[in-house]
Amino acid sequence: MRYPMILSAVLVLVACGKKEGGAPAGSPAAAPAAAPAAAPAGGATITGTVKFPGTAPANPTIDMSEEAVCKAKYTSPPTDPVVEVKGGMLGNVFVYVKSGLPAGATYPAPTTPVTIDQRGCLYHPRVFGVMVGQPVEILNSDSVLHNIKAVPTANRGFNISQPSAGMKTTRTFATQEVMVPLQCNVHGWMHAFVGVLSHPFFAATGEDGSFTIKGLPAGTYELEAWHEKLGTQTATVTVAENGTATAGFTFGPKTP
Amino acid sequence: MTGRLTALILLSVCPAVRLSAQTAQPGKLTYDKWCAGCHGDTGKGDGYGAAFMLPRPRDFTLGVFQIRTTASGELPTDADLFRVVEEGMPGTAMPAWKSRLSKQEQADVIAYLKTFSQFFKGAAPKPLEFGKAPGGGGGPAGIAEGREVFRKLECFKCHGEAGRGDGKSAPSLKDDSGQPIRAADLTHSWTFNGGADVEQIYARLRTGLDGTPMPSFSDVIASKVITEEQLWRVAQYVRSLSPARTPEPREVIPAALVAGKLPSGPEDSLWARVEPAYVPLVGQIIQKPRWFLPTVDGVWVRSVHNGSRIALLLTWHDPSRSPDPAWDQWLGRIAQAAPGADGPIPSTQGPDRMMVQFPRQVAEESEWPYFLQGSARRPAYLVRWSSDSDRVEEGVSTGLGRFAPGSGTPRWSHAARFDKGEWQLQLTAAFVPSDTSAAPAFRTGEAIPIAFFAADGSNGEGEVRGSISAWYSVYLQTPTPVTVYVEPILAGLLTAGLGVFAIIRAQRRGTRAGGANPEGS
Repeated sequence: MRYPMILSAVLVLVACGKKEGGAPAGSPAAAPAAAPAAAPAGGATITGTVKFPGTAPANPTIDMSEEAVCKAKYTSPPTDPVVEVKGGMLGNVFVYVKSGLPAGATYPAPTTPVTIDQRGCLYHPRVFGVMVGQPVEILNSDSVLHNIKAVPTANRGFNISQPSAGMKTTRTFATQEVMVPLQCNVHGWMHAFVGVLSHPFFAATGEDGSFTIKGLPAGTYELEAWHEKLGTQTATVTVAENGTATAGFTFGPKTP
Repeated sequence: MTGRLTALILLSVCPAVRLSAQTAQPGKLTYDKWCAGCHGDTGKGDGYGAAFMLPRPRDFTLGVFQIRTTASGELPTDADLFRVVEEGMPGTAMPAWKSRLSKQEQADVIAYLKTFSQFFKGAAPKPLEFGKAPGGGGGPAGIAEGREVFRKLECFKCHGEAGRGDGKSAPSLKDDSGQPIRAADLTHSWTFNGGADVEQIYARLRTGLDGTPMPSFSDVIASKVITEEQLWRVAQYVRSLSPARTPEPREVIPAALVAGKLPSGPEDSLWARVEPAYVPLVGQIIQKPRWFLPTVDGVWVRSVHNGSRIALLLTWHDPSRSPDPAWDQWLGRIAQAAPGADGPIPSTQGPDRMMVQFPRQVAEESEWPYFLQGSARRPAYLVRWSSDSDRVEEGVSTGLGRFAPGSGTPRWSHAARFDKGEWQLQLTAAFVPSDTSAAPAFRTGEAIPIAFFAADGSNGEGEVRGSISAWYSVYLQTPTPVTVYVEPILAGLLTAGLGVFAIIRAQRRGTRAGGANPEGS
């Protein structure tokens, strides 16, 4: 065979915490904020809001026609809740204490799981926090196949199949990481983000843009607010023993 | 396949050996020489060849590996890494190294690549217990159960109803690095990254292929949605979708002589009785714009003739019937992933294409045209089908993309159909064309040189970017003479007769000899 030989030759060269309920199916709204599951009783509290002045960018509409079961759960075509703004307030922002905690302090992980629900082919909640070692319960409320894949860098990932409604799987993360992306490959539009921290001082803003971090010892803290599209911001807050302080963040319509 | 060739080219032309006098790890020298060209000097999967490959070479710094016997998210065992180095990863650019590297060199290079990720500093990972395949897997009952569980687990969402990688989620699939990735064509077991055995398929189902969209189904068993045995049935069913043995390309494709009418189209029942020949295709990486990421990796060829006309049935897999709006996003991402050289990838989908070429004269002594559809000096005769208008053109070609349609009466008729990620195209023509100066005439008893070119429009392919084959031959079989059947019988009878004669003679001699020997009885 002359030519195959020549061919070969040529080729060679050449919020946290528990969020029970979440938004009802049919509403893509952000889940309401909840207190961190493991925050110690007492202590100081930091509350605040995250604002988004001006016109919010339109969220993309999701075409769910390839998944009739999910499409049927919506009266109008759902949107991908990337930037959730209501009355100038920004939801789905992860706020956490980045530094300032007493050196060497350790915080036990709660055994209460944080649940992320796959419902109407969207994640509820979309942004949440969990402590290192705290169980994350992954629930499928849709009667279709979802795979849930975690794509961390500091932690080990996973990719689990959940082919039936009601299936629950529990996983934990071994080390601090803000944020770990979660995704479904069967439905390429499904995205969620989990912040994994070695302490309980974190929260995700609800649709009113508010957050509350409880149980802090007195001190000066650097808070970071993280948004999947709008980037991060930091603020320094000092709080007295058992006192209350406020912190505010304002995000603009930038694209990182 | 192209990826593999690319890897070979890079390995042979890049003197990647960086001889360092003091190599702390014995595997470093081997790694730098043979692995760094794709996987990069620091293991980040960013070597020179990386941009030409999909999936991209493994980034060892992430510690994420597809082929393992460990749970999803776990590291591979050393034995898992050994297997991949030894056997390579079929369907990707990763070649098998067992003939190139000694066991010791392989062990050293594995020890070295593990230094790229801090994850390997922890405890050694434990393999999962897989048990054994339940019996009766090859039987129809086991296969039917496997098919049922395949449906229940919705494997078709990505892999398609017939397993050809054409599921509804297929156009949106991406790997951990964000690159587009194909759902495996489950009917091409020889391209399974981790091997084609039922045991290997079962292992992939249990562990998932980390870094890709393929999840682990271990939790599905733990949650009692299905049993372990049912998952084994899925593995057996998936294996049954491919031929029992990997097809071996043969240079000569036989065209059987049939009496009377040729098949009327791909659905004609006559084709079921014709054994197909497999012709592998590789990306066209010789003429610009070259193409390293082809969709079509082979075409099954069937042929029959009736002494005056020839029919060819070509069957190939392509997950999309281009243009298909569902695949717009795939095209966009392929354009981003493809190396920027050789000009832009079209922003809109073209049609799917199949081209069949012949020399302009079929004579044993004549030189065949250049296999890339001829040259100005020696043009080829080309039959081109495209899916958008579903039509066939024939004419003279002086190279890829240099085609001049003929003016005479159309010689070739055709019928094409697309079903679940598979194209079938029947081409039929008279042996003798109206103009014998431009097109070849065929004769019973002759071998017709033939070569193929396929393109997937939703993968950015066209008249030059696509998949190519080398030259093959279609042999127009002659009627089988009666002597073929009679001669062996005569020969057999003669041999038997001579044998009997010899035995009788020997017995007679023995009797005589026995009589002469007094101690004999």
